[in-house]
Amino acid sequence: MNRYVVPVVVVLVLIPFLVIGLKRDPSELPSPYIGNAAPEFDLPSLTRPGARVGSDSYAGQMALINVWATWCVGCREEHGFLMELAERDIVPLYGINWRDDHDDALRWLAQYGDPYVDSAFDGDGRVGIDWGVYGAPETFLVNADGIVLHKHLGPLNETYWQRDFMPLIEAGRQQ
Amino acid sequence: MKRLMTTWLLLAATAALAIDTGPAFEDPVLQARYEAIIEEVRCLKCQNQSIKDSNAFLASDLRREIRRMLEEGYSDQEIYDFLVERYGEFALYRPRQTYLWVAPVVLLLAGALFLFFVLRRRMALPVDRDADEEAGA
Repeated sequence: MNRYVVPVVVVLVLIPFLVIGLKRDPSELPSPYIGNAAPEFDLPSLTRPGARVGSDSYAGQMALINVWATWCVGCREEHGFLMELAERDIVPLYGINWRDDHDDALRWLAQYGDPYVDSAFDGDGRVGIDWGVYGAPETFLVNADGIVLHKHLGPLNETYWQRDFMPLIEAGRQQ
Repeated sequence: MKRLMTTWLLLAATAALAIDTGPAFEDPVLQARYEAIIEEVRCLKCQNQSIKDSNAFLASDLRREIRRMLEEGYSDQEIYDFLVERYGEFALYRPRQTYLWVAPVVLLLAGALFLFFVLRRRMALPVDRDADEEAGA
């Protein structure tokens, strides 16, 4: 009987690791920026001709940075929720319009509404690379010191918002 | 049959040509470095392709950045650092954490050592005929 103890224990120890391995989504990569300073940027504004949008726009306050594009299906999916977030007015929401067509992007905002305080136009994707963006939509929560607290990959919704964002926002306020 | 094969070959050729449309470097050394780097970088949008093989626009953006950095005189190391800083170690097909490379060797040695001690102990035991028969030996 004794001879079975070791293999059984080994298997029992291995099982949790295998289960965790199975449940992890390989397309979801942790951002190396979490806990570190968000990259700085300075881009033309999408909606206001001649104006600039960048990290200076939200310096000193907590902000959400949402990377979006009109070709991105997930962005269409989360747009309604972003509109709702804008209405709640908890944290200012800034957009980075990534790798998009300028006119298409303006039409999108006219048609579906504009939840952003302002959107930066990153037509050639240069700032997207700096932020380590690899698939829109991506949403970053940056604190008043410019540190990335959280990054959400894929369409945002109420569940993720309450679970991942609100606790961080509330903790940030209490400081 | 022959025509079909020609068609296939032509199709394959166009597919191979279509991906990296940028012009070659004038300096063959830079070109060689460029080609080596883009084979080592994962396209994060399409994880089983390198940015050399992918025509996702993220891959072409990254190729453009690598091209620019090479032209501006960055070293290979600096280019890899640039990518890891933004996308994490996962962006490289050959991660640079040493423990990942050492782990298999360590595990293999640990296994061999374990086996060695188990076998040595077994050899020291008196032979148990009944147990051998039970096991079907």
